[in-house]
Amino acid sequence: MITLTDTQTIDVPVQSGEEDRYHLKMGPQHPATHGVLRVDLDLDGETILTCDPKVGYLHRGFEKLAEHRTYAQNIVLTDRLDYIAAMSNNVGYCEAVERLLAIEVPERARMLRVMVCEMSRISSHLLWLATHALDIGAMTVFLYCFREREVLLELFAELCGARLTTTYTRLGGVRQDVTRSIMKKLDKFVEDFPACIEEYETLIDTNRIWLKRTIGIGQVSAEKALDLCLTGASLRGSGVDYDIRKHMPYAGYEKFEFDIPVGETGDTYARYRCRMEELRQSNFILRQCIDMLPPGPVLGKDAPDLVMPIRAANKLEVDVPAKNALITLIEDRDVFMEGDIYVATEVPKGELGFYFISDGMGRPYRMHIRSPSFIHIGALSTMAQGAMIADLIAIIGTLDVVLGECDR
Amino acid sequence: MEQLGIAEQLREKFPGSILEIITHRGQVTLLVDRKDIFAICQVLKTDHQMNHLNCLCGVDNLKRTAAHLERFEVVYQFYSIDNRTSLRIKAQIPESDPSIDSITSLWTGANWLERETYDLLGIVFNNHPKLERILTAEDWEGYPLRKDYALRGDKEWKGLEELREKAIRLRQYDFYGAQTEQE
Repeated sequence: MITLTDTQTIDVPVQSGEEDRYHLKMGPQHPATHGVLRVDLDLDGETILTCDPKVGYLHRGFEKLAEHRTYAQNIVLTDRLDYIAAMSNNVGYCEAVERLLAIEVPERARMLRVMVCEMSRISSHLLWLATHALDIGAMTVFLYCFREREVLLELFAELCGARLTTTYTRLGGVRQDVTRSIMKKLDKFVEDFPACIEEYETLIDTNRIWLKRTIGIGQVSAEKALDLCLTGASLRGSGVDYDIRKHMPYAGYEKFEFDIPVGETGDTYARYRCRMEELRQSNFILRQCIDMLPPGPVLGKDAPDLVMPIRAANKLEVDVPAKNALITLIEDRDVFMEGDIYVATEVPKGELGFYFISDGMGRPYRMHIRSPSFIHIGALSTMAQGAMIADLIAIIGTLDVVLGECDR
Repeated sequence: MEQLGIAEQLREKFPGSILEIITHRGQVTLLVDRKDIFAICQVLKTDHQMNHLNCLCGVDNLKRTAAHLERFEVVYQFYSIDNRTSLRIKAQIPESDPSIDSITSLWTGANWLERETYDLLGIVFNNHPKLERILTAEDWEGYPLRKDYALRGDKEWKGLEELREKAIRLRQYDFYGAQTEQE
């Protein structure tokens, strides 16, 4: 048994020239890494020399799994990607499959999709602001943000029975129509929310610590951001005007009036400003949704028959057209056209793309998920190089990553 | 259509390596040979302002048959933010030598996407700065997204038994025994 007195030290062999280096493994349980992310750091004092993010702790093999399930069954998997904005993932998946299989979506369902997308954008941005501020040291914002987020999650629960894993969309529409009670509550939320955003801003906008820890931290130029394949607010903070809702409109976004906030400096503060402005724009879109929601069905006529009540009503009818039938797991038969498609949607984190190859069967031959979080964490090592270790926390926060989506 | 125009220009520039131009649901796909893939991507980036790399993934074509289709392919999806056009490139890779040139020097963001393709499909990217497994464990056997890799295998991951033994050993650790020894 060795006991050390105050004067004794242990000799650890260190290569010459690396005496000041310190190797630190941050994570996977570190609360500031937003999930199971491990970052291997080489430090010189507090300065980061190299930063090597390690992912895969949450890998569930969705891409492999999807090849063995029907298109409709895969909607459930998309909830588990970005679990704080599951609605956006549902919409992204269904938009892609519908374009691949040429399924028409009724107008009301399209607008409901826009509505739930924007609701989930607000709820995701609120969670981002809450945790980002908490990481940097502003505790109060966390509680304020969760107050409003709770209202939205309650609305989701009323709409589809789940707060987080929603599975709200169906191929060719949505699961259920909105009720009057939901619209009334949403109307009240939209009315109150702008005042809430101002509340958050009074808490941190003039806070000296907040400004010192965000301005000039994690700065990325526009060229560098494009080189790193950043998307979403992380790219727009650097001054590139790229939002898929405007560039490649889906679900009827072209009918809405809204602006795309674009930053200039490309630092953590610019991205913070972009997302705060996006909250206002999302609220504005929600207002338009409430005013413009057209009447009609919420599920298309040529949608694969998957909603249970409709199936039960038509149980005895035999001559269902082939395309309209529920595609079984056991039988492999040609129901669709062969071909491939890439459809991207703008989720709160950035660009969520689905790449499908169909070989004509009821199941996707290949499904690739282009998840923004995976690429953003890939950019971490470039962005964190030369920064202080405390700034790494701010950079992870500002990229707004979710590990469920990263590891798939 | 602007996409087809770009495709035709590429065909003129690389006559030998553009195998086919396919249009499906308004999206244009170029089937190309793997040998010129770096040059094609470079031309797209510099001459056609395709500054955004949407997506990069691998496909196993074991159960598909079509003209020019090899065992593997790598799919690149490009988008030009200024011109608002997109283009998809599919590079064909034979089974005998599953390797292709890396485009990491054109887009740093391709680094992790290529690593993922290597991890799940076993396609080797030449000149890649750090080609290691990323989503699966370092000692994983096989490439999960290949079509001949079963969804559910007949045996567990070989590290699992080791972990189980370690957990059992740790559970038996006697805290008080260690103290009494010292005394």
